[in-house]
This record gives sequence, structure tokens and C-alpha cells, in this order.
Amino acid sequence: MRTPASEPREHYLNVSYGVRSWLFTTDHKRIALLYLLAITFFFFVGGAFAVLIRLELMTPAGDLVQSETYNKLFTMHGLIMVFFFLIPSIPAVLGNFLVPMMIGARDLAFPRLNLASWYIFIVGGLFTMFAVVAGGVDTGWTFYTPYSSTYSNTHVVATALGVFITGFSSILTGLNFIVTIHKMRAPGLTWFRLPLFIWAHYATSLIMVLGTPVLAITIALVAIERVLRIGIFDPALGGDPILFQHLFWFYSHPAVYIMILPAMGVMSELVACFSRKRVFGYGFIAFSSLAIAVLGFLVWGHHMFVSGQSVYAAIVFSILSFLVAIPSAVKVFNWTATLYKGSISYQTPMLYAFGFIGLFTVGGLTGLFLASLGVDVHVTDTYFVVAHFHYIMVGGVVMGYLGGIHFWWPKISGRMYPEGWGRLAALVIFIGFNLTFFPQFLLGYLGMPRRYHFYPPEFQVLNVMSSAGASILGVGYLIPMVYLIWSLRYGAVADSNPWEAKGLEWQTPSPPPTQNFEQTPVVQDEAYAYWPGEVEVD
Amino acid sequence: MRIGQGRSRLTEIHAVPAHQFDDLDQQREASSLGMWVFLVTEIMFFGGMFTGYTVYRHAYPEVFADASRRLSVVLGALNTSILICSSLTMALAVRSAQAGKRRALIGFLVLTMLLGSAFLGIKSVEYAHKFHEHLVPGATFTFPGPRAQHAELFFSFYFAMTGLHALHMVIGIAILGALVALSWRGRFCPEDYAAVENTGLYWHFVDIVWIFLFPLLYLISRT
Amino acid sequence: MSQRVLPQKTYYLVFAALLLLTLVTVEVAFFDMGILNFSIALAISTCKSLIVILYFMHLRYSSRLTWVVAGAGFFWLFILMALTMSDYLTRAWLSVPGW
Repeated sequence: MRTPASEPREHYLNVSYGVRSWLFTTDHKRIALLYLLAITFFFFVGGAFAVLIRLELMTPAGDLVQSETYNKLFTMHGLIMVFFFLIPSIPAVLGNFLVPMMIGARDLAFPRLNLASWYIFIVGGLFTMFAVVAGGVDTGWTFYTPYSSTYSNTHVVATALGVFITGFSSILTGLNFIVTIHKMRAPGLTWFRLPLFIWAHYATSLIMVLGTPVLAITIALVAIERVLRIGIFDPALGGDPILFQHLFWFYSHPAVYIMILPAMGVMSELVACFSRKRVFGYGFIAFSSLAIAVLGFLVWGHHMFVSGQSVYAAIVFSILSFLVAIPSAVKVFNWTATLYKGSISYQTPMLYAFGFIGLFTVGGLTGLFLASLGVDVHVTDTYFVVAHFHYIMVGGVVMGYLGGIHFWWPKISGRMYPEGWGRLAALVIFIGFNLTFFPQFLLGYLGMPRRYHFYPPEFQVLNVMSSAGASILGVGYLIPMVYLIWSLRYGAVADSNPWEAKGLEWQTPSPPPTQNFEQTPVVQDEAYAYWPGEVEVD
Repeated sequence: MRIGQGRSRLTEIHAVPAHQFDDLDQQREASSLGMWVFLVTEIMFFGGMFTGYTVYRHAYPEVFADASRRLSVVLGALNTSILICSSLTMALAVRSAQAGKRRALIGFLVLTMLLGSAFLGIKSVEYAHKFHEHLVPGATFTFPGPRAQHAELFFSFYFAMTGLHALHMVIGIAILGALVALSWRGRFCPEDYAAVENTGLYWHFVDIVWIFLFPLLYLISRT
Repeated sequence: MSQRVLPQKTYYLVFAALLLLTLVTVEVAFFDMGILNFSIALAISTCKSLIVILYFMHLRYSSRLTWVVAGAGFFWLFILMALTMSDYLTRAWLSVPGW
């Protein structure tokens, strides 16, 4: 249903002006934008480290930087990308913006806590940026002991504090989402009428709440051990480094599901809208999100197959790791089935969705290689692993994030992005991504270890391909940054529902008023009530 | 969780829910669920250390028992009892708020604060003893026998776990103080006392952590 | 969170039970019963926690959602401890040097 294409007089962006109105806001939509700015900054920082890494790896010799510096490069690339970009990205930006709107609420359950989450995120980021600027940290983002707790001479404590503090941002966001989704759904919005984006964020929030505290206490113990020189994880002092790994990976494996589940939520929205079809197997997708959240906590030992862990425990973790792939596969099958006989259009968000489905499938399947004990002992700590997780994180999460940003951009900003440039960027990103990371599967399989800045000369061709791909990928990321900002001023004004999508967020003007809805909506339809023959998007 | 406008009397004045909530019931349920979810995060937060403790106790049972005997059962049991008393007074404080009894509410809140402070006082005495006995992990740690390192592990966990617990007590006492001030100004009534109930949940949780800490740290083997 | 006001007697009974169980747990520690010592201590702590949760924290009178949330917390801690200990407890099963 089209509404007149004119901006409402007052909405959340122009209701008040000035820095104070942003820094003291409790409006979930403004907080989402505060997060958007922050994580974009961190994406640049993490990306800068990636550039340096790929530059170094153009030649077999370690000739750009020294070993010690290279250790810092990959550590900080990982830390910043994981904790300050990937984990917050979709939940803190799109989740914050959309969760209340999709359920017909005026805000999250605890708006001030939401703002506190952002400030906590910033403080954690500041600690980490201090460590980066003051000389860096070189332990690997995984902080393995006793190197991190005893022997490293870099700014481990500052970084550990940064990660510790930021963890609470994640916890509080998850808490806010859980309570909001349970208690603030609009009348008629039963659980099985919820958009799958909400199910995904609910499952993500469960993980945030249950896993992050364990990381927090573990990283705090590392910092304490470092400062007080006690031996909780140092074998020379009676401690056990494997204990650290158990505690660390208990969070850090589910963390990858914190990253991917929201992107999967975005996928369901995009695939439904751009096939003009209800999502196939709604219930299966909803429950598969929960299954991933639960099973994801049972598999962490697959990061420790060569650590000295018990073989029997390893076997159990291996089996469970195969199991956790099943709900993800269910989603991919169901999205594919949604596409079948749908009326598909190829707008930018849909291009990202297609990219996601293909790349996530590759990443997921290679995860099975790694879950298999016999293969893992050969490819662990090689570029095979690096390629696997970048296919998921970048091919999956970042594509999902960009697809979501484009899809909801008219709602967020009241403007359309330029479609031609959007499609071009998506294509450049897809090509750049594959050129960067596919060679890394080959490199890893051929034996190139990760975290080394030199390698045997026979690996150079693939490394140069990867670096070339990275430069294309970088260009691909810059293009949307330019045109999205451009669109704020010069983009076509968007009406409330430019995609003719289903969902409560599209029933309110673009940009929305502060309280989201003039009147609380009452829901009677199922989710994705797309019917064949309805008005089509051009 | 805040009420829309200031109020001066407990009884008839109706509170207004915060703007994001439709009614007081929704607000109350949301804040209660929020506190329970927060307590789950606390279970996992402490749980990481409980897990580490379990691993090491399983690995070094005799040394842990020896180290545990250096703690004072008397002080530990006394502290446990004090904390249990404080849970009682906290529960009675919540009950007073439920029943609209402002003076009783304030009285029980203050009692809880006093008991909590007594707990912390005894804890400091214990810490001081450990300092004098050179049982604080680090450069000054001394323990007889060849497995001193493992005993130091025990004490690392002792200080980390009771320290984190004590920090939670301090925060709890501060919140109780705020509640006393708010109660004094007539902020709570039977229709809206969520802050008191949720603080109670937090306080009881901190008590439960101690209920497990006490036997695990103090009572490994007293034979 | 429940709205019903429990009688004061309930709280005092729970209080008395908690003190009694504390006494028992201290006394038992002075008898050597081998592995049973640990199990009894854990069981008593669990009982004490249960009555605190059910009565002081009103879980007994709370919604099913609250039950699930509280249960999930303890269950997740159990997952962390059980799977971690499964590594340490099974290392000796395979008599391979270095493991």
C-alpha cells in the first residue's frame, strides 16, 4: 500500500538537533545510528590491518614488517573485526533499529540501558584503540596462555580490559532484546507470526547472554594473572593453558553464531520480499535458529583438536560439530525452496542475499571438513581455516549486513540509494571476495600455515591473487560508503514501503517518528503474507 | 523502571509506566524478567571461575585440601550465617514493600545493609590474616611442601572468587542505600515496588554464590 | 515476580532451614567419608540454594518463563563444567604417551 511520497514533518532524525540530543538519546533508532558510526570506524581500523597483512603476503619473504609487528597486525585485525565490528554489526545497528518496530513497540524494554550499552561499547573500544596506538598486542585474538598471561611484552592488559568492557555491551543488548521480544509484542503478534529476523535476534541474544560472561571472567583472569604474576593458566606456575582454551572457546565458538544468526535473519527477510513469497518452512527456520544457539554451545572443543585435549572429548565435539551444521543447512534449503517459483527481482539487497547463500554454503561445508578430526589435524592452523571463517564472516555476515543496510536504508534515512551503483558494488564485492579467499583454501590445503609473514616461494602466485582480490574487495566496500552518504542529500525520497514488503516496520513513515507508530498496530496476518499476483516491485 | 512523576505518599496515587510500556503490569514483568536474565549472566560469570576451580581441585585434591585448612571455618561459617540473615531481612523488606509498610521496608533494608557490611568486615579480617600468613598469591606467597604452586592456585581462586563476590556485595549495599533513600521519599507502593523486588533477587543470588563458595573453599576436608 | 504476599512464617522457616543446613554441612566436613564428603556438601548447597530461589526469590510463585530462565542459567553452567571436565576425566583412558 503506497502512502504519498512525502516526508512526514517530524521524525526521529529531525525531532531534535545538536550533539546532546544524540549523545543523550534513548531512542533505539538513534542509538542504532550511533552504533553504525562506531562500527564503521572500527571496520576501517580492522581493514587497515588487513591491508597491511595482504601487502606483506605479496612476497614470500618477510620483508615489509618484522615478525613481531606482523603478529600484532593479525592480532589487531582479528580483535577489532570480531569484537568491534562483526559481533555488534547487525544486532546493534539493524537489530536496535528494527526489533521494536517489527514487533509494533515504541522502543526496547530498557532504552536507557540501550544507551549505556553504546557507551560501554565506546569505552571498551577506547581501551583497545589505546592498546593499538600505544604499540599493539601480539597474542593473536585468541589470547592463548601462557604467552598472553606471562610472556608477551605488548599491551595485553589494556586490550583484555577493552574486550572485557565491550562484552558487557553485548550482554546488555542481548538482555534488552530478550525482554523486549517476550514482553512487548503488539496485540495479535504471537510467536509464530514474528518475522524470522526477530527469531534470529532472539536466538542471538540467548547466546550473548549465556556465553559472553564466561569470556569476560576468563579475560579478566588473564589480565589478573599478568598483573599479579600468579599462575592460573601458566604451566610453569602450576596452571593449565588448556583450561584457558576451554573457557575461551566456550564463548568464542558460540560467538560465531552471534555473528551469523542475525545475518540469517536478514536473509529470511530479503529472500521473502524479493521472491514475493512467504518463507518456506517458517517453523523450521525459527526452530533452527534456536537449535543453532543451543548446539553452538556444545562444540567448542573442535578448536582444540590438536591442543592435547582428550581424544574421547574430541570425538564427542566432532560429532556435535557435524550436528550443528544441520540447522544451518535447513535454512539454506528453505531459502532455496522459497526462491523456487517465486517472482524474483534482482535489487541490490537480493544480490547480497544470493551472495550470502552461495558463500555461506561454501563456508559451512568447509566447516565440516574442519569438524572431521582426521582432516582437521592436517589443516588446522593453516590458511584453510582462515578461508573457512572468512567465507562465513565476510561472505556471510558482511554480505548479510550490507544487504540489510540497503534493504532498510529507505526506512532508516528516508532516501533510496542509487540502485545501479548498489548492484555494481555488490558485484565488485562478490568478485573481490572470492578472489581474496578462495586461493586461501588452496594455500591451506597445500600446507601454508596461518599467522606467518613469510612462506615458501611456491605459494606466491596464490598469495598475490589473494592480495589482488583484497584490493578489489576494498574498493567494493568503499563504493557503498560513498553513495550511501551521497544519498542522504541527493537520494530519491522514499515512501513508507518502497519494496512493497510485509512487516510492521513498513507500515510507518520513512523515516519513522520517534515513537515508531501513531497507534500500536494490531496484527492479524501471518508473517510474510505475500500473495501471488500482488503488486510487484519494479 | 522509573515512575513518571515524583510522589509523596505510598497508597492511593497511581504510578505511570515508562513511555515504552503500555501499563504497569507490562513494566513490572519486563523489569523482573530483565533481572532474572541478568542473574543468568551472573551465573555464567561466576561459573567460569567455578569451572576453573573444579578442574584444579580435581587435579590437585590433597594440596587443595591442605590449603583449604588454612582458612578459618569459624569465620567462614559465621559469615555464611550473617549472609543468610541478610537474605531473610531482604526477603522481609520485599514483603514490607508488597504490603505497603514503609517503615518496616526501610528498617529491613537498613538491617540488610548492616549485615552485608558485617560480612564484608569479617571478610577483610580474613584477608588481613591471609596477608600476614603470606598466603596472598604473588611474590610473597609461602606454603610448606613441594606443591606450593598448587596451593597458590587454590588461593588465587580463593581471592578471585571471594573478591568478585565481595565486589557484588559492595554494589548490592550501595543499591540498598539508594533504595533506602527512595523509600524514605515514599517512592514505593504495593502497585510499584519492582526495584525492591529486583534488588532482592540480586541479593539472594549473591547469597547463593556464597552458599556454594563456603563449602567449596572452606570445607574441602576438615578431618 | 509474584504479587501474593507470603506469610512471615514462610520466610522464618526457610531461614531456620538454611541455618540448620549450614550447621550440618560444617559438621559433616569433620568426618571423613571419602568421596561422599564432596557429594554431600554439594547436595546440601543445592538444597539451600533451592529454598532460597523458590521462596526468597519467589520462583515457586513465578511464571513458567521465569522457571525456564532460571533453569537455563544453571543448565548452561552445567554444560560448561561437564564438557570441560569430560576432557580432563577422559584423558587417562587412552594410554598414549604424551596424552
